Amino acid sequence: MRPKAMEYFDNLIPENMVKIKEQKEQGKNVVGYYCVFTPVELIEASGAIPVGLCATKQDPIAAAEKDLPRNLCPLIKSSYGFAVTDKCPFFHFADVIMAETTCDGKKKMYEYMKDIKPMMVLDIPNSSTYELKREHWVHELKRAKAFLEEKFDTQITEESLQKAIKAHNTERTKLMELVSLNKHNPAPLKGQDLLKVIWARQFQLDRETYLEKIQEIIDEVREFIKNDKSKDDRPRILVTGSPTGVGQEKTLNIIENQGGQVILQEACSGVKGLVKNVPESDDSLTSIAEKYMELPCSCLSPNDGRFDLIGSLVEEYQIDGVVDITLQACHTYNIESKMLKDFLQENYEIPLMQIETDYTDADTEQIKLRVDSFLEILK
Amino acid sequence: MYTVGIDIGSVTTKGVLYDGSNFRSIYKPTGFDPTTIGESIIDDICTEFNISKGQISKVLGTGYGRIHLPFADKVVSEIICQGKGCNYLFSDVKGILDVGGQDSKAMLINSNGKVLDFVLNDKCAAGTGRFLEMSVKALGLTLKDIDEIAFNKEPIEIGSMCSVFCETEVLNLMMQGKDKGAIVAGLLKSIATRISTMINKVNPASEKIIFTGGVAKSKVLRNYLRQISGYDVTTPNSPIITAALGASIIGYEQLLKEAN
Repeated sequence: MRPKAMEYFDNLIPENMVKIKEQKEQGKNVVGYYCVFTPVELIEASGAIPVGLCATKQDPIAAAEKDLPRNLCPLIKSSYGFAVTDKCPFFHFADVIMAETTCDGKKKMYEYMKDIKPMMVLDIPNSSTYELKREHWVHELKRAKAFLEEKFDTQITEESLQKAIKAHNTERTKLMELVSLNKHNPAPLKGQDLLKVIWARQFQLDRETYLEKIQEIIDEVREFIKNDKSKDDRPRILVTGSPTGVGQEKTLNIIENQGGQVILQEACSGVKGLVKNVPESDDSLTSIAEKYMELPCSCLSPNDGRFDLIGSLVEEYQIDGVVDITLQACHTYNIESKMLKDFLQENYEIPLMQIETDYTDADTEQIKLRVDSFLEILK
Repeated sequence: MYTVGIDIGSVTTKGVLYDGSNFRSIYKPTGFDPTTIGESIIDDICTEFNISKGQISKVLGTGYGRIHLPFADKVVSEIICQGKGCNYLFSDVKGILDVGGQDSKAMLINSNGKVLDFVLNDKCAAGTGRFLEMSVKALGLTLKDIDEIAFNKEPIEIGSMCSVFCETEVLNLMMQGKDKGAIVAGLLKSIATRISTMINKVNPASEKIIFTGGVAKSKVLRNYLRQISGYDVTTPNSPIITAALGASIIGYEQLLKEAN
């Protein structure tokens, strides 16, 4: 069963590629961003529209390789390629780009990108045990606030911040409600559809409709589950690792086509940024810092939060196996993979398979072989 | 009652005929026309072992070319087949290393031949049969020559991780006037190092590992593998047919299951 309301999400990104132009013409400011660390609440409180930027297609990579090394993560090359070729409408209409120092590759790439668009690069402390990380985060948020206020000649008020926090908390809560439907066996939603809805959050320009459509899916699925008596022994897979964006569903596709159920993703493109909300308080910047500094990204060391999160997800969602997708040259996720494998084996007796890949289709057959064998092991 | 396992690899296609207690095998180059290879290997088995197609109750396919076996009753991944085949030949073995044409893999199996864990090389070809073939070709040699030329030579350190760079490195060493045998020994040692890492990743807690695939025929490579990995390395008489053998056995087990 595929919920009818999914059709809305099939077309949302292409449609909004056009709509962003209208918004711009109506005088709206646009801030483009790449990463789940971006404090979208702050952007929204400045009156600007936060939009995700294209970064998950192979096409512009060749153009990026004119400036960047070939042996670099495809996500970074794709982001930069879209920027230099001006083929991403969201990038095109962005007044400024808000970025962050998550990994070395991105950090250095931004030094080139700043010649194309004005950039605000948040400095993210890479040590999760750094005693001053809260102060550091608040300081960076203040710097970003001043940057946006100056660029857009506006004031970000406590009131506008609180409003934006509420709105994004509602979004995150709604998305988690949707994801949690897949606790049911068989999972009513395909992994690719979940990805599509979550991914669309960065591109949606009409929050009310976006939330309504998610609610429609939830209602449809609840109705379906009520009458569902089917049994399913297809292995239940949790996907984690580097982000898997719309346009790069290669591995998800293979897992689902070869007979696995992708239940959910713990990744930036999955629930990593959704499981926790911004605490609602009267000191919004500190509250925003509170949420974002706890994101369990592999750029943090140590990254215990990711293990805790995956541990609780594999239990809650009755996961049989974990697939860890590592983008080529993504050192932090690549190195962390063994730690995660050992952690899952020791604590949950759940096997993990790592797949290192990029955006080309050159390794489709090899991935199929791995996935086939992994699914056979899980049976 | 017979079952057949067919493993269409990137270099060689293997066929195994199994009757529940004994097996017989054939192989031939996959060549450039994989669309007909599946049919022809069945014909070859029938001719070679003097049976009719009707006597074959089940055909199981495996290997990268398994889509060229539309008549197969089932396809199973070569990792699973490899586990089964090696377990049949050596029932006490837990660790398997297989170096094929386009990939190398390490597996951990239980006493029933069920695969518990595995690792494959990433999409680069370093450490595979293709890697070795390309590198020795740069020296004007073929895989058949390697043992003879590398025997008792002091290996030259080969640092390249990528087969294309490795070819360049080999050419550079030749230009420096290095001994061909020492270069080949270096190549074999670099493969042994790489695949040792793989087998250590799956960590079979036994002394013996089974080493399969075309390059497992090289004694020099096996010796390096022994030295570097510390495992007691055993290679079956026909190291390339183990996955096809596993496929034929899995087919036979299913036949028995269906009969009950």
